[in-house]
Amino acid sequence: MSGSSSSSVAGRDIVALEGVTKRFPGIVANDSVDLSIRPGEVHVLLGENGAGKSTLIGMLSGLQQPDEGRILVDGKPTPITSPRHALALGIGTVFQHMMLVPTLTVAENLLLGGPWWQRPRSEELETRVAEITSSLGITVKLHAKVSELSLGEQQQVEILRAMVRNSRLLILDESTSMLTPKGIEELGALMRRLVEQGLAIVFITHKLKEAAAFGDRISVLKLGRKVGEIPPERFRALGEQEIISEIVELMFGKQKDDPEAAQRPTRTIRADAVPLLQVADLSVAPTENAPGLSSISFDIRPGEILGIAGIDGNGQKQLAEALAGQRAATRGSVRLEGTAIDALSVGERRKRGLRYLTDDRLGEGTVGTFPVSINFFLKQVGAAPFWRSGVEQRAEIDRHAAELVREYDVRTPSLKTPVARLSGGNIQKVLLARELAEGAKVVIFNKPTYGLDLANTLASRQRIRDTAARGLAVLLISTDLEELLVMCDRVAVIANGAVVGTVENTDDARTRIGRLMIGLAA
Amino acid sequence: MTGLFSEVFLSALLFGAVTAAIPLLLAGLGEQMSEKAGVLNIGIEGMMLAGAYLGFVGAFYSGSLWLGFLTGAAGGVAVALIMALLCVRIGLNQIIIGIALTLGLEGLTALLHHFQFSRSYPRLPAADATVIPLLSDIPVIGAAFFKHHLIVYLAVALVFGMSYLYRRTQLGLNLQAAGDKPAALDVAGIDVIKTRTIAVLTTGALAGLGGAYLANVGAGLFIPFITNGAGFLGIVLAMLARGRPIWVLFGALLFGVCLSLTTAMQVAGINIPTDVIQMLPFLAVMIMLVLFGRRASLPAALGIPYERGAR
Repeated sequence: MSGSSSSSVAGRDIVALEGVTKRFPGIVANDSVDLSIRPGEVHVLLGENGAGKSTLIGMLSGLQQPDEGRILVDGKPTPITSPRHALALGIGTVFQHMMLVPTLTVAENLLLGGPWWQRPRSEELETRVAEITSSLGITVKLHAKVSELSLGEQQQVEILRAMVRNSRLLILDESTSMLTPKGIEELGALMRRLVEQGLAIVFITHKLKEAAAFGDRISVLKLGRKVGEIPPERFRALGEQEIISEIVELMFGKQKDDPEAAQRPTRTIRADAVPLLQVADLSVAPTENAPGLSSISFDIRPGEILGIAGIDGNGQKQLAEALAGQRAATRGSVRLEGTAIDALSVGERRKRGLRYLTDDRLGEGTVGTFPVSINFFLKQVGAAPFWRSGVEQRAEIDRHAAELVREYDVRTPSLKTPVARLSGGNIQKVLLARELAEGAKVVIFNKPTYGLDLANTLASRQRIRDTAARGLAVLLISTDLEELLVMCDRVAVIANGAVVGTVENTDDARTRIGRLMIGLAA
Repeated sequence: MTGLFSEVFLSALLFGAVTAAIPLLLAGLGEQMSEKAGVLNIGIEGMMLAGAYLGFVGAFYSGSLWLGFLTGAAGGVAVALIMALLCVRIGLNQIIIGIALTLGLEGLTALLHHFQFSRSYPRLPAADATVIPLLSDIPVIGAAFFKHHLIVYLAVALVFGMSYLYRRTQLGLNLQAAGDKPAALDVAGIDVIKTRTIAVLTTGALAGLGGAYLANVGAGLFIPFITNGAGFLGIVLAMLARGRPIWVLFGALLFGVCLSLTTAMQVAGINIPTDVIQMLPFLAVMIMLVLFGRRASLPAALGIPYERGAR
């Protein structure tokens, strides 16, 4: 490594990550990630929610510091200490959530960040902007208030801002998530023009098609680790479909270090048993920020685990909520033990034995400031024996809670500890204890091991298996294909709110599910 | 009726209105800056009291009003430093700390005054007026507006200075960004904490100056609780002004007229209970809130401590 940082030749790394690790309480967000970012390349970071993409960006843009490993800028180890420092190094970031001041004009937003004693240099800015916009072929209304611009226009302003500041590396964090299809296409073309001018771009997405269409190099992240990379040479040699299937292999392929990876469930379910849960033609209207469900049908028999596979955000949560009664269905029927429960409320469905373990453990699942003991009985508030004539029966609650803590091995300092202070794994145990309590017949698990460490993941999976072994019907929603393969009897694949196929968990299930997930026939 | 609407009376009424308006103006301009930067400064009443007390003490011992203004502003800044440390840097609740500061300073200034002057209330000599030639000869208006202490003209000039600051300078942009979208300012490479600290300290200086004016020029003496809600009126003014300094000036003058009217009507011996008369300024606040309060637009991040990376 020579010290001559100014003479960065094309093909040499502008920024490189070496063994970067970042931990947050309870989870490892990035686990010794290596990354090389070069001028003239769109480097796609691909991964599902929680894969650690945002944390990586946080470290590159100076918002967070790595716990281990180092970041090299122009070949020299450089800790990026603050956003200002990142900008000075030529790293510009367009965050997923817009970082513009809505009450200021575009020009004023671009001027933000100058030395405070100076008059804003508007004239200088205008000539600079004119230069950049004409070379990129975009138009920007400099004197419009940001709040009057569309999201696509705001994004262009953010890219422009990075250019005005002479960024050499542009990071685009989930930039397509709020754009229209046309806007996405335009962004792709803009990125192309930018890299042709010698810029380096890091493009973060969880959409395979965009990765294949816009990238030069792809790094795939999974649960905080980098599981693979497709370098430009390979990228150019492959067709789009081949790239996509290679990515799918990386994202969903066998993971070497899942200790259960080799296993497959050995359960025998009586084929003639009457299904506990029957879902027919279930549909939900789409909302502004969530896809709807179209005509979903499946049965689950006693003792069976049905998996729902799919890339996150394809209607999994909507399905779970529609079944639990939290979301109104527009069509279709749900039968529990043969009885229609469509007209029943959330509470009545629960009473009949339909239980839902949410993936939003702290937001929806528990009340963080309430003690562990009360959280066990949140859904029975007001009911005997824990409440009598509206009065809380502390002794009764504590006695039952202590039993559950023991039975489910909840590691808590005391019953009175606010549940939010527990680790993710222990909060999950509280939820498991609550939902699997007496009377459960059908249990819906939404991403039950998401964000948990290995020990808690294995414990949760065992708990789910035990649930099925007791003769309950289980619906297991997960974005971890490995998990579905070791747990489920059958796996249904969901895409855009519809079940695109159901696969028996046999030897070739992995490939068949993978093909379904990317839109090829099984 | 002749007594009430004579030239002299009207002139005195307006003169009193300006005198009463200046502390409100300074407090309002100060509060406006804090709020622009996203800090709801409820401690401003305490800052004014500190300014009034230290301003009076400074002027009393030195014999110089200007030195009094300086010590007053310094007193306001001292209180603002506590506010900046607790609310901006550490990120504690701005409302609670603000109330605590106000209550604390009410007690502290009363106590110190009691120690120093026992139960006597020494007076300062009347402030010298800077008479503006020609303009001061206009009947009624001349005596009302152009025979004030120099600081009054400076305070009015400050309104235009503030307008310039907010509209034309980098610091103005930074302040607004700190209040509307602090994260955007942070990623633009500007320290949000520093920007907000500057705003809070400026508020302290202006509030302290307002308090010193109230004691040294308005009253000529210090009595405990002398501000009597002037700081809170400043908060109302800042909220109604929608970020524009000129509206703080208009609002301050309106309240000034009400306050002055309270005194004038008592002097004129009009047969209305004094309690009712003293309600007038606050009635005016409520009427203004009813009329304009709904349109008051506040910065999006007002009252929310900034923490990098928090979502």
